[in-house]
Amino acid sequence: MSSLLRLATAGSVDDGKSTLVGRLLYDTKSVLADQLDAVTRASVDRGLSTPDLSLLVDGLRSEREQGITIDVAYRYFATPKRSFVLADTPGHVQYTRNTVTGASTAQLAVLLVDARKGVIEQTRRHAAVLALLGVPRLVLAVNKIDLVDHDEETFRVIAKEFTDHATSLGYADGSVLTIPVSALAGDNVVERSARTPWYSGPTLLEHLETVPVAPDPHDAPFRFPVQYVIRPRTPEYPDYRGYAGQVAAGTVRPGDEVVVLPAGLRTTVERIDTPDGELAEAGAGRSVTLVLADDLDIARGDVIAVAGSAPVPADELDATLAWLSEKPLRPGARVLVKHGARTVQAFVEELSSRFDEQKLSTVESPETLQLNEIGRARVRLAEPLPVDEYEVSRRTGAFLVIDPADGTTLAAGMVGAPLPVLRSDRDVVSPGP
Amino acid sequence: MTTTAHVNSAAVPDLDNLAALESEAIHIFREVAGEFDRPVILFSGGKDSTLLLHLAIKAFWPAPVPFPLLHVDTGHNFDEVIAFRDHVVEKHGLRLIVAKVQDWIDDGRLAERPDGTRNPLQTQPLLDTIAEHKFDAVFGGGRRDEERARAKERIFSLRNAFGQWDPRRQRPELWNLYNGRHRPGEHVRVFPLSNWTEADVWNYIAREQVELPSIYYAHRRRVFKRDGMWLTEGPWGGPRDGEEVTELTVRYRTVGDGSCTGAVESTASTVDEVIAEVLASRLTERGATRADDRLSEAAMEDRKREGYF
Repeated sequence: MSSLLRLATAGSVDDGKSTLVGRLLYDTKSVLADQLDAVTRASVDRGLSTPDLSLLVDGLRSEREQGITIDVAYRYFATPKRSFVLADTPGHVQYTRNTVTGASTAQLAVLLVDARKGVIEQTRRHAAVLALLGVPRLVLAVNKIDLVDHDEETFRVIAKEFTDHATSLGYADGSVLTIPVSALAGDNVVERSARTPWYSGPTLLEHLETVPVAPDPHDAPFRFPVQYVIRPRTPEYPDYRGYAGQVAAGTVRPGDEVVVLPAGLRTTVERIDTPDGELAEAGAGRSVTLVLADDLDIARGDVIAVAGSAPVPADELDATLAWLSEKPLRPGARVLVKHGARTVQAFVEELSSRFDEQKLSTVESPETLQLNEIGRARVRLAEPLPVDEYEVSRRTGAFLVIDPADGTTLAAGMVGAPLPVLRSDRDVVSPGP
Repeated sequence: MTTTAHVNSAAVPDLDNLAALESEAIHIFREVAGEFDRPVILFSGGKDSTLLLHLAIKAFWPAPVPFPLLHVDTGHNFDEVIAFRDHVVEKHGLRLIVAKVQDWIDDGRLAERPDGTRNPLQTQPLLDTIAEHKFDAVFGGGRRDEERARAKERIFSLRNAFGQWDPRRQRPELWNLYNGRHRPGEHVRVFPLSNWTEADVWNYIAREQVELPSIYYAHRRRVFKRDGMWLTEGPWGGPRDGEEVTELTVRYRTVGDGSCTGAVESTASTVDEVIAEVLASRLTERGATRADDRLSEAAMEDRKREGYF
């Protein structure tokens, strides 16, 4: 059975993102005849002579009317080597929050630039958001390479500028790949292009098929938010008590010594139960039920962690917030924080800095955080939470900020500051010109 | 811009595709059980809702599934599917609530459509039943690969007091942290199979040996052709004048209202044969067999805005 790669796309309007996604689907034969018929019909209605592949993915009425992507959409395709879940995110500045949504679960992101325009502000901004959300790998697709006569030098210049930018955001050399493509003509997307003989790297699909999937590291310390307590009280299982959840980080084995947070009680793991039998070990991403050696008072929201390397529950978080609501954040705001399976009351004590997306630098002590802005804040919690640094664990370092009045998701929260420009030591600042 | 080889330090093999999808679905079931007061699983006896139930049973094992099932019955059902529905409910000791479209027609709350299809008529009985039982989370077997508008659907999808979906005002869905907050009268539609494709569903059915209604496998059936689809003769209005009944070997790719769900010619009589057929098919399951999606370019989006699944 193949593995699963979760990826996201990003790029500014008219860089051909929907066309690239349409091309990937089309050339991997993931588009079926009736879908293509519908697109061909719609293209003819719009006076086009060839099927507009972007219509394959722009699903909403208003998206087709305006010819732009408004909301993140999820696409599925598979090759014999791998299955893919692709979060197709809009490029408009006002929809940056969808980039955050797509990036939160992505193991790789494909950014697009127009070969004629090169790396633009929006490219830098998207790369910064992807870095911030901890997307482990980037691909830059230098699109419309046919419109610059497949010129190697143009590609080299763009590739270097982007790679330098990614490096300044903390990406290691091997985690960034640049590919010259034409989404419209299909060059180097699935099929290798004869028109870029100077390019010896993989096609986009070859790369997606072979890039190592970076799971949440299995050798990280074990973390297990308890979602639900399973107590059948049936004649067959009168005394069964299991703690159901998904391993958020690390690996667990029977006999492991664990601590239950926030209470700090210690016990050992007796069994790892699943309906298909007991497991000898369970790694990150697996949903299991833990049976513990001692009868403890454990409820939804508690976290079971490996003894000796357990997080210290904190009642104050120094965090990065990506603000997703039209209602701006002002210091003093009362909010809810959802971390793992626990939701606690909180208030934002202080806004220490805001990331200036234009200058890729920081502004100290801003008064507010507006829609799509990213900043650092001190968040005070009514009850302590066993968090990790986001940089160390994307699962246990992440939280939601929720409006207690209407339930809106206000912000994506990340413990600590994963982006170099947001760190407090000002030696690692502002990349680029 | 070189790709240096990265050593994967993982001590444990990564979950394969199906195991990852299963783990995600189980996680979603447990989140809902932990956060909501009155969840319900929509269950029609079709393959997606049968799979949904299979995953729910796994999520809470060895305890029973802590939710009832709800079937919105159009009255245009395939007998084999209703028999299967009742068999599954009894086998697992579940509670089944049935909302019959016919009851709404009989007391005048709904009127039969001129074209005879009852699929769009399910929306009101669904919303009325959700309100009557005060359900606050409603599980559905919808998948994002089914249709372009569904590709935009969140896993937790907030509906207002009228059951409406507003695609432009959806909550961002981040990491695997689902926000189930809602106000009284609102409810959340939950789609644990969001990230599954039709091929995933069949591969998983094969791996787990999930029992399905017999009409998913090839059988002889009396059918007639309408709008290019093979429909079964039955109380939903067929055949009409000029529509000729013939007997063919067919199977169903989806199971819905008999008036608008077509059969495909097929000799696939085992799970493996069905998988081979699905992988080779050049038509999507909905394109091949669902008339209601052909009404307009945005038929699904429009129905979802009204409260349909």
